[in-house]
Amino acid sequence: MKNKKISGAEAVVHSLLNEGVDLIWGYPGGAIMPVYDEFYKFQDKLQHILARHEQGAIHAAQGYARSSGRVGVAIATSGPGATNLVTGIADAQIDSTPVVCITGQVSSHLLGSDAFQETDIIGISMPVTKWNYQITKASEIPEIFAKAFYIAKSGRPGPVLIDITKDAQFELFDFEYSKCKGIRSYNPLPTISNDSIDNASKLINNAKKPLIVWGQGVILGNAEKEFKDFVEKSGIPAAWTILGLSALPTSHDLNVGMVGMHGNYGPNILTNKCDLLIAVGMRFDDRVTGDPKTYASQAKIIHLDIDPAEINKNIIADVPVIGDCKDSLKRITNKIEKKSHSKWISKFDDLMKIEFEKVIKSDLNPLKDGLTMGESIIAINEFTNGDAIIVTDVGQHQMVACRYANFVKSKSNITSGGLGTMGFALPAAMGAKMGALNREVVAVIGDGGYQMTIQELGTIFQLQIPVKIVILNNDFLGMVRQWQQLFFDKRYASTEMVNPDFVAIAKGYYLDSERVKDRKDLKPAVERMIKSKKPYVLEICVEKENNVFPMIPTGASVSDIRLN
Amino acid sequence: MEKKNNYTISVYTENNVGLLHRLSAIFLKRHINIESFTTSECEIKDVFRFIIVVKMTKSGVEKVSKQIEKQVEVIRVFFHTDSETIFQESALYKMKSSALFEERHIQNIIKESNARIVTVNPDYFVIEKTGFRDDTEKLYNDLEKYGLLQFTRSGRIAVSKEKMGISEILNTFKIQK
Repeated sequence: MKNKKISGAEAVVHSLLNEGVDLIWGYPGGAIMPVYDEFYKFQDKLQHILARHEQGAIHAAQGYARSSGRVGVAIATSGPGATNLVTGIADAQIDSTPVVCITGQVSSHLLGSDAFQETDIIGISMPVTKWNYQITKASEIPEIFAKAFYIAKSGRPGPVLIDITKDAQFELFDFEYSKCKGIRSYNPLPTISNDSIDNASKLINNAKKPLIVWGQGVILGNAEKEFKDFVEKSGIPAAWTILGLSALPTSHDLNVGMVGMHGNYGPNILTNKCDLLIAVGMRFDDRVTGDPKTYASQAKIIHLDIDPAEINKNIIADVPVIGDCKDSLKRITNKIEKKSHSKWISKFDDLMKIEFEKVIKSDLNPLKDGLTMGESIIAINEFTNGDAIIVTDVGQHQMVACRYANFVKSKSNITSGGLGTMGFALPAAMGAKMGALNREVVAVIGDGGYQMTIQELGTIFQLQIPVKIVILNNDFLGMVRQWQQLFFDKRYASTEMVNPDFVAIAKGYYLDSERVKDRKDLKPAVERMIKSKKPYVLEICVEKENNVFPMIPTGASVSDIRLN
Repeated sequence: MEKKNNYTISVYTENNVGLLHRLSAIFLKRHINIESFTTSECEIKDVFRFIIVVKMTKSGVEKVSKQIEKQVEVIRVFFHTDSETIFQESALYKMKSSALFEERHIQNIIKESNARIVTVNPDYFVIEKTGFRDDTEKLYNDLEKYGLLQFTRSGRIAVSKEKMGISEILNTFKIQK
């Protein structure tokens, strides 16, 4: 591609191809049309999938990135096209998802003139991007794209936005591409200090009641094997944050469940009983810690993270281990003694028995007629053998799915964790499927979130993306209703929903669909859905006013977790 | 409650459009009021230095500094207490020229405060004073009664007592390449 004059728009395509991109999600419009014209010419090399809304495109790119481990790419026009990406960009920022967004912009001579569909997307997206840049000359394209992909995926990943003025898309220039190998002001891989490894290993060797809490850092760092080796050699019980889920199989002996607001009883209670807490690739979110003042205050804390800004941000670490956990875990594993903490682990088992009696039993084997979200998830487990990618939205169904879904492989739990974006799951699921074509993808969505991005059924239909969509319909914004019940004396302000016929809507998009109300029909319906090779919408009507327990009320200590 | 102090945050950055917005957004997000903010090219060509003064707790300024350093185009961030820096501010005072001749006392004030007359013309004259906040404030108080037409004060400029070592950081990058 040397010394042949091409347009900026064509350079965008060549830059994407140079970065190994073969799929891009988007929506066309005036200020990005030259690039779309090149997509038309290069459609054999670069597939563009037309979403039905830019928010759908960005969530799809996120789902793609999360299931494949590659960089997701979304493209939109200027103005409303660009602003519609913002929710997804903020979601990717807080959940560390590598995505590159491309937006069209009005011609450079019109910048600042309030031209048609002009908006300051650089200013708007700045606080929610890892990096962004406005290109006004075609010659900037190769270098900026190379930097964008490098920044999006290196270190702690995140979203990057490139805004390209329309004149830069038309301008001709000599294209030459070289990948970015480093930026002098940016150090994505901090050097791990030997002292931190030594000190962490010493604390681990001396601990009597240690607890590991791992997060998405294990997945983002491709450190699943190193993590498993560490857990197994140390013999330490390990609990997960919602985004860490699936990095270690659900059935692993040392996997003691979820921490946080709706996590398991044992790991939450014992967080405040352990003598050493080893946090791996997690950031002590308030939904994990409850009241930070009482959080593991009796314990020494080791914090492994690639992002130095996370150290001491919410919880003070006695031993910070800054760097790539793939490396640091391996080095710590080499230095620690092989142990088993059977007496300590039996405490988790005891608390699990209590949780089972008080919560899980009635979630999974209810005595009442109405279906529960829990038994729906168990039915999905049964027919997917726990091998599916589960994509969840936000709310009660999300907590239930994370609590009860079985996972065998990593990168199998895709959800909006940090931002809590309702409407995430449907588009993210179609993205996840395109990023992992050989895997079953099941989207589990509440009736509220489903209707926020329901238009993406159009994309799923047009491309016949074989995702399985399960709507857990309780005719309520269930999580908000639960809070209203518990903390607002059952004043159900604007949480009850009169829903449309979801099966009819799916059929309107020519998708296979059915509705289940009775227990006897649940498993056969789930089986039909999983066996289908086509996209499928299954509406499961569940109890209207069930609550998700255990629960740590906002601001309470993790050990004040309630079972009812 | 942890005590709040004045901190001078020094941010070394690449020359980049929009970085100012990115940095100020970090303070905005945390509802932190910026006392003063100045920027200029530093001793290294194409490297810029922001001097940001904030009143914060030590743990707060540590966290904010890490968030700033995390930005791709930020090379390095330091924060210092007042006693760890040499710092100055500049102020300009514009007054009616008639005052200079009618109020002889003004000339004494200028002399005693080590201020400097920058320009004089038939209508007005401008005094410049560089020093600590107390110095420029004292001069303001002394001159105010004679009628100030305009008054403006710069943000803090500061150098640290300790070494910053930015050239070394940039050289390490060159060697790694």
